[in-house]
Amino acid sequence: MGIEPGRLHFSWISSAEASKFVDVARAVSEEVRKTGPSSKLIKKLPEVA
Amino acid sequence: MEAYTAKVREAAQRLLRETKVDLVMGFQRGTIPLMSQPVLIRNANEAERLHWDSCCGSNLANYLPKRKERIAVVAKGCDARNIVVQILENQIKREQLYIIGVPCLGMIDRRQVLGALQGREPLSVSETNAHLVIQGKGFEEKLERSLFLQDNCAICIHRNPVLFDELVAEPVPEQTEVDRYEDVRGIEKMTADERWQYFRDLLAPCIRCYACRNACPMCYCPTCFVDESTPQWLGKGIDPTDTTTFHFLRAYHLAGRCTDCGNCQRVCPVGINMRQLNKKLEKEIKERYGYETGLSIEQRPPLDTYRPDDPQQDFK
Repeated sequence: MGIEPGRLHFSWISSAEASKFVDVARAVSEEVRKTGPSSKLIKKLPEVA
Repeated sequence: MEAYTAKVREAAQRLLRETKVDLVMGFQRGTIPLMSQPVLIRNANEAERLHWDSCCGSNLANYLPKRKERIAVVAKGCDARNIVVQILENQIKREQLYIIGVPCLGMIDRRQVLGALQGREPLSVSETNAHLVIQGKGFEEKLERSLFLQDNCAICIHRNPVLFDELVAEPVPEQTEVDRYEDVRGIEKMTADERWQYFRDLLAPCIRCYACRNACPMCYCPTCFVDESTPQWLGKGIDPTDTTTFHFLRAYHLAGRCTDCGNCQRVCPVGINMRQLNKKLEKEIKERYGYETGLSIEQRPPLDTYRPDDPQQDFK
């Protein structure tokens, strides 16, 4: 749909796989950080004085 | 296709007289030309109201989910496939239904016809297999039927109902030389930014009226995610982020379920071609699972099937 590659990840982690969850979460956050701030699917709330 | 009218009426009368069904779902003439409308007939004497022409594009499967009566329903190729999905998803029982199958030559896109009339108002429409004859005040226009089909009908590959109890006519030849995914491949070739912009422009006119959802025979959730308030998944207005989320999420909910009946695009008051989203997912399902929606009540759809020998190893 036009989300840049590297921002969206999918994984299948069982509730018994705690260490896998840690590894994946770490890898995903590193990867996403590299792509920088998102400009898509961002909704600006109305500014209130 | 007007010749089908007599057959549909005859079947309706017979089924109601023999009390095989409680009601017949079909079409009657609309209040204006080019707009045939759904009708429920409960009495054999009323069967004369039933009608069939090329303007019966609405999908009657939309009115089936969770009904308790025994129903005879008039079904085109796409409608019959939707009924198959509804049976698979336990929304209606096969035993409740008597399907009056209609081999379909494609339905007329009313907007294209009105465009060709250039502002002149049609007052009556008649048709043959090849032509539409439109009459109005001081004019008569003969249009080639095949040039005014709905977009989805022009690329339809299942014109004959896949599931039926009787057919009103001999099956029609299926279209084999059609390319269903030409536009989808064009969008796939775009870069991420181009694609983002393309969808922004595609969905920009949306006014969030939800006509597409309401007309969809597969959108039968008692409460749609867009209407939920605890939690509220997305905003109610026409903020582009909310609009985009609505359309994409709806498309994902229809993955492997949409039959491209075209009802969403047909009812859209601002003419958005949201079928492009559904067709992309249709193409994915076909390529990944070799599955075409709604062809058999024997086969479970791929997205509700689990196999222990799932071939995807790298799904970390």
